[in-house]
Amino acid sequence: MADRAFDIRKQTGFTGIAIACFVMLYMPIILLVVYSFNAGTSIAIWEGFSWRWYTSAWANEQVQEATFRSLVIAVWASGISTTVAVLAALATTRTRKFKGQTTVFAMINQPLMVPEIVTAVALLIFFAMIKVATGYTGLFYLIIAHSAFCIPFAYLPIRARLQGMDLTLEQAAADLYATPFQAFRRITLPQLWPGILAGAMLAFVISLDDVVITEFVKSAGQDTLPTYMLGQLRRVVTPEINAISTALLGISVTMVIAFTLLSKFRN
Amino acid sequence: MSDLSQVLERKATRRRWLLLTPALVILVFAASGPLLITLVYSFLTPGDYGGVVWTFSGEAWFNVVFQRDIFDETLGWSDAHLSIFWRSIKLSLMTTLACLIFGFPTAYFIATRPKKQRDFWMLLIIIPFWTNLLIRTFAVLELIRNEGTINTILLGIGVIDEPIQMLFTEFSIILGMFYVYLPLMVLPVYASLERLDFNLVEAGYDLYATRLRVLRRVILPLVKPGVIAGSILVFVPSLGAYVTPRVMGGGNQLMIGNLIELQFGQGRNWPLGAALSITLLAIVMVALLAYVRAAGNEEVRHG
Repeated sequence: MADRAFDIRKQTGFTGIAIACFVMLYMPIILLVVYSFNAGTSIAIWEGFSWRWYTSAWANEQVQEATFRSLVIAVWASGISTTVAVLAALATTRTRKFKGQTTVFAMINQPLMVPEIVTAVALLIFFAMIKVATGYTGLFYLIIAHSAFCIPFAYLPIRARLQGMDLTLEQAAADLYATPFQAFRRITLPQLWPGILAGAMLAFVISLDDVVITEFVKSAGQDTLPTYMLGQLRRVVTPEINAISTALLGISVTMVIAFTLLSKFRN
Repeated sequence: MSDLSQVLERKATRRRWLLLTPALVILVFAASGPLLITLVYSFLTPGDYGGVVWTFSGEAWFNVVFQRDIFDETLGWSDAHLSIFWRSIKLSLMTTLACLIFGFPTAYFIATRPKKQRDFWMLLIIIPFWTNLLIRTFAVLELIRNEGTINTILLGIGVIDEPIQMLFTEFSIILGMFYVYLPLMVLPVYASLERLDFNLVEAGYDLYATRLRVLRRVILPLVKPGVIAGSILVFVPSLGAYVTPRVMGGGNQLMIGNLIELQFGQGRNWPLGAALSITLLAIVMVALLAYVRAAGNEEVRHG
């Protein structure tokens, strides 16, 4: 009675472990970012603040090319995957169970379930056949491969948004003689917009970050930023890699926070 | 009337498949189709410089676990492959265990915060998860390499005379996988814990149970589906990991993913690589089926 109330939620040591976990999660990333500003060539001995690694990364032609290629692929892949995901979500949401539904869901979610290395190898085999048959070795392979594994990431937020939407407005539009397309453009699309944006951003980040599939699908001289970095890790590492990583991290974190805010923004 | 409804039904079906076509075409072309071709490749003969010769052969599947002696053609277990399988399973299990030991208390901590704070703590778990896996692995690499942060500090304060070799060991692979997959444990465990009815916990204390006993006999059984789901979600990508063992293992400590890659590089044995891929896929599918079952149970329990 006299002492503090007995806290039924407390478990001895759990808070300590949890805090250790958060420290463990963030310390390596924070150190990575900090040392990207190191004036020296070491990734562990601090020699003062400088932008030199950002300037040298930016001046590095290979980095420039890889950055540009990463962005081109990510823009195409998120655009394509989001477009087809919107159509697929319209077809599979707010409908009764239909024939072939299980197969469709399995196909859409396949990239989430099959280990990346298996997909990568499968694409290597299949695209090698096409490359031999057609002689074409351009960026198309990377774009279509990225589009495919981005589909579930674009599809899920769009579907979630669609499920939470009110059907009556569209019915009202139909009652007022709107064609299905008009109803979609004037009623469904404006409401669906946050979901589409969230899906596109998620797809963009996923494409930008991909290493394994890109590594196996790319032809010679088609490095993206992550595969370029993977190649560099074998050599002596300078903070230049930290600088590139920090830039990529910045993009991802911005997108994830924006995504979280968007998914909270419900009707 | 029934004619009309049939016509409408047919129209809806046609519209549905029309809308699905673009997505399915891309997926068949760059996901499920290539997977089927991989299965076919696993039954072909390797070409001399990579690729395949289109003659049927069961050799690749045979070579997944067996090998013929190069001198007297006697059959034996393929020790190299078996040891890599064993290492993959062992390291994945240890990663899962590490994620459970650290992830469960973390999820518990978040679930017992005031409601308004929980989203913030979960965001802290989710942010690293959505950032580049290679960069996160690289961040750990910088920490533990010989000239990295930990060794530099320890050398600096004179605890050790020469750097501790942490990189390129099984420990470094586990640490790397633990680091990148931890959120996959915290998310489902948190989802279970958040719905935990603390009245039951209180009842346990009323009956004079100790904290540890309440944890073991009340809390853990109630959140078991979340724990199982989290364990499978960590185990599955660990088993198929490629980047982390490549970066942290430095080519000495191969896992299945690296063994598969080897067949398409130096090994020049595409059918064997295909057979190993299908084997990995099969193991993962079994684990995922267990996951679906665990997740299904959870819905029933809380439904």
